[in-house]
Amino acid sequence: MSGMRYEAPGSVDEAVALLADANGAARVLAGGTDLLVQLRAGMISPDVVVNIKDISETHGITAEGGGFRIGASVSGAEMGENAALVAAWPGVVEGAELIGSTQVQGRATMTGNLCNASPAADGVPALIAGGATCTIAGPNGTREAPVGDIPTGPGKTSLGNGEFIVAINLPARPANASDAYLRMIPRTEMDIAIVGAGVNLVLDDDGTCTAASVVLGAVGPKTITVADAAAALVGSKVDDAALEAVKAAASAAATPIDDKRGTVAYRTKVAGVLAARAAAIAATRARS
Amino acid sequence: MNEQPKQFKWVGTRTIRPDGVDKVTGRAMYGADLTLPGMLEGKVVRSPHAHAKIISIDTSKAAAMDGVKAVVTAADMPLADPTPVASGEAMINLRDLSDNVIAREKVLYEGQTVAAVAATSADIAERAAALIEVEYEVLPHVIDVLEAMKDDAPVLHDYMFTGGIKPKPEKASNVANRVEFSLGDIEAGFAAADVVIEKNFTTEPVHQGYIEPHAVVADMGPDGKVDVFCSSQGHFMVRAFVAGLLKIDMSKIKVTAAEIGGGFGGKTTVYLEPLAVMLSRKAGRPVRMVMSRDEVFRASGPTSGAALTIKMGATKDGRITAGDATLYFQAGAWPGSPVGPAAMTAFAPYDLENVKVVGFDVVSNRQKVVAYRAPGAPISEYGVESIMDELASELGIDPLEFRAMNGAKEGTQAAYGVKFGTIGMQETIAAAQATEHYKIPLGPNQGRGVATGFWFNIGGESCAGIRINEDGSVSLTEGSPDIGGSRASMAIMAAETLGIDVNKVKPSVVDTDATGYAFVTGGSRVTFATGMAVVDASKAAIDEMRARAAMIWDVDVDGVVWEDGHAKPASTNVGDFEPMSLAELAKVANKTGGPISGHADINAKGAGPGFGTHICDVEVDPDTGFVTVLRYTAIQDVGRAIHPSYVEGQLQGGAAQGIGWALNEEYIYDADGKLENPGFLDYRVPVASDLPMIDAILVEVPNPTHPFGVRGVGEVPIIPPLAAVNNAVAAATGVRFNALPLSPPAILAGLADKE
Ligand SMILES: Cc1cc2nc3c(=O)[nH]c(=O)nc-3n(C[C@H](O)[C@H](O)[C@H](O)COP(=O)(O)OP(=O)(O)OC[C@H]3O[C@@H](n4cnc5c(N)ncnc54)[C@H](O)[C@@H]3O)c2cc1C
Repeated sequence: MSGMRYEAPGSVDEAVALLADANGAARVLAGGTDLLVQLRAGMISPDVVVNIKDISETHGITAEGGGFRIGASVSGAEMGENAALVAAWPGVVEGAELIGSTQVQGRATMTGNLCNASPAADGVPALIAGGATCTIAGPNGTREAPVGDIPTGPGKTSLGNGEFIVAINLPARPANASDAYLRMIPRTEMDIAIVGAGVNLVLDDDGTCTAASVVLGAVGPKTITVADAAAALVGSKVDDAALEAVKAAASAAATPIDDKRGTVAYRTKVAGVLAARAAAIAATRARS
Repeated sequence: MNEQPKQFKWVGTRTIRPDGVDKVTGRAMYGADLTLPGMLEGKVVRSPHAHAKIISIDTSKAAAMDGVKAVVTAADMPLADPTPVASGEAMINLRDLSDNVIAREKVLYEGQTVAAVAATSADIAERAAALIEVEYEVLPHVIDVLEAMKDDAPVLHDYMFTGGIKPKPEKASNVANRVEFSLGDIEAGFAAADVVIEKNFTTEPVHQGYIEPHAVVADMGPDGKVDVFCSSQGHFMVRAFVAGLLKIDMSKIKVTAAEIGGGFGGKTTVYLEPLAVMLSRKAGRPVRMVMSRDEVFRASGPTSGAALTIKMGATKDGRITAGDATLYFQAGAWPGSPVGPAAMTAFAPYDLENVKVVGFDVVSNRQKVVAYRAPGAPISEYGVESIMDELASELGIDPLEFRAMNGAKEGTQAAYGVKFGTIGMQETIAAAQATEHYKIPLGPNQGRGVATGFWFNIGGESCAGIRINEDGSVSLTEGSPDIGGSRASMAIMAAETLGIDVNKVKPSVVDTDATGYAFVTGGSRVTFATGMAVVDASKAAIDEMRARAAMIWDVDVDGVVWEDGHAKPASTNVGDFEPMSLAELAKVANKTGGPISGHADINAKGAGPGFGTHICDVEVDPDTGFVTVLRYTAIQDVGRAIHPSYVEGQLQGGAAQGIGWALNEEYIYDADGKLENPGFLDYRVPVASDLPMIDAILVEVPNPTHPFGVRGVGEVPIIPPLAAVNNAVAAATGVRFNALPLSPPAILAGLADKE
């Protein structure tokens, strides 16, 4: 508790320098809805906290190359207010908007959700299903990496010393494409997912699925990309038979544990249920 | 809603709450809000083990730390007498209470206090606490109630032999006590039945979930006088317990009631207060202590979890012939579960000839239970009301009709001893039958459940003072911490009795030096009993004012009546005098004998029993087991609603808490007996979005013993929800569940078993 430093650099380079200097004893502060809770609970005690919200590159949602660039400081509430983003990526936005409550929404960011590296993070499965990447600044300049490569296990990321995420990028959307995210919690808000399922898919003009991705959260140490479920969707009209196959594949792929939040049997079954429901919602959105 | 007869000017109106502005502007002082010069911050060292012997405690490193001003252990607390004293609605043993405040020889649950530190900052106190070295010999532990009753279970207290059975058992056990209530002959009753249903049920312990954690500031002077400021449901209770535990004269202890951010029964005992006094005594400075939420969950509350067996029989035409119940209640680490009231209330809503209820009070390695709204009744009535529903459906009778056919009425003999006077059980059922809600058609996967509930309500000791100020305003003092808007009701009852504007009355809950003794705010007693004291005090002030008018007019006091806030001649025979208002009499009080006041110190009798009937609609997701509460209506006989908004609030709040109990709340322990969910994230009370608007319907069958007809209202509404939800889920799924909570995994497992 004693001697913790707070810094609010105004540029990417300054932030990188501060982070690199601290040699792993620094923490990035975005919305702080995970960080402050962990600080208060005594779970972490960094030497320096680096607030990135004064860095202009971390702000704004911008259309880029047919896709979107979402700054690392953008809150869930800002995403929900961006009509173009909501129209193109309703599943990504609903994942972000499930986080916490109205108050938490005003602060919490997708990037913070990703870098907190909880297997149950609600913002992450739809991002991975959507093929999102992130722009990472570090001592050696800037690099791009798929979102799915960032969390490496509960609370752990692949970010190197001095690195932080500046923005998340969603790719260009073909026609008839959409996504959806669903989660299971025992109440209606203010809880942690015991199962999450994100589905992104593309239909052709006849309504036949040409590409799909199904990603599960909270049923393993990391998100799980269910290739068999995607395969069951591709080539189908996303009909009942395909959805049954998605359900079976998702349940088969889930590797949950028994803990205070849910049992293996429950999570395995519900992973299938939510994957199939999310696929049906994504398909309905893609058709309209 | 029913029409309010135009009988009263203030009673039954929705006046502005006297404590409202302070609360919404943040001016109200809660337990942690007092800061005194030189004040220290205190922190507690808690047991990491569920059951262990304390071998040694070394406080030297902590005591030597810069900024540390006092360290206390059980050695600083006198050994308490093991004499039972009243605590809320239960009796408590001071020795057990002392051990719960600070462990002496053994720790009996994870989180039990073993030492406390006071330092110049919370940070220093916390670091000092971490330096206190406690050596333990870990003992085998037991958490579950049925496990704790087994022959080979670890025994918590080697001196405890089950009470209530003869001859006295030869072996010590975890069963503290056995109670029994019976009426008629259940064998004969079951023999006369056409349908008999018997089931086992379980419920989990649940926390009261008040938002304000326990908090206290204590200051002991060098002359031994003690000031305590804290959030509790009874500052006289705090005074008695601090005096009893620390062997200090009550007259030397002044306790001031802070505003209270919820209690629900959970603040009818002490945890931090004696520690803060001990620390202050040692340090010679004021000490503040505030629990974290983690500490609240690990070391305070909850109410019991239980295992029940309920058996009921009925004839084809819908008459219940017998009820039989066996209740096993978790008491926590020391005896004192609410199994007694649970046994008494179990079948009380019904007019039955043959009843038998046996209850067991069982200790195990978890927090000592403390009162929670209608202690015990929600648990036993959950089992009974679930069977009631099943019987009704077996017999093909509408569940409300079935309850009406068997419901208690005036003159019904209850198994626990009383013959009911004027009660409103039947009226609440009739009101439920008349609701729109009961007629709304249901969709697929939806179900409707009903349940009733009964609670005694209590009276007890209360004092009130009415002072007529020189300007005609009125200061009202009393000693019942206001937990649900009672100051508003006190002002209304005083204004109604005195015949003045309610805004002329300022009600205050004053410290233990400034008013006479009041029993805790609990048992749904305050509006009834303290209200009665307020009416009596107002009447005493009126008598004094009549006497003053009589003196001025030079007539006999019997010739003066009090009407509409004025002293008037009783008739023209008395004389032709201009009526004198309260304000006019106040103005000349110095010429007629001095200050005018009225006081009442009473032990209120004749609390009216309370009955409620609830209707709940749910939808169950058959693939995830998620239960959505679609509609909820709570109907209750409230006697008379002095301030209807706060009565409705009681019904809504009780229903919300009962729904949480039914759906999600539970304590999760690991294999070592450590609590895994000590926070609101994983201890799931309902959040606002989990609940529909809860419709509250007030039925008014006035209690004849109260001047305005008041019955207690705070406890009944938490009783019916457990079974109402359970019955609704059964209707929606076709599966009868018999374990709470009905969490999604439990529902899905139950649905899978059906297939
Ligand atoms: C009441 C409440 C309810 C919640 N409900 C949910 C919920 O329903 N679902 C859910 O998934 N989560 C929930 N959360 C958790 C939290 O709100 C989310 O994970 C949120 O998205 C975190 O974002 P943030 O901006 O606040 O992150 P911060 O707390 O600022 O940061 C989180 C972590 O990421 C790191 N970090 C942040 N930004 C960067 C960056 N740009 N580069 C590198 N590292 C970075 C931080 O150092 C920290 O370790 C809840 C939290 C609270 C307090």
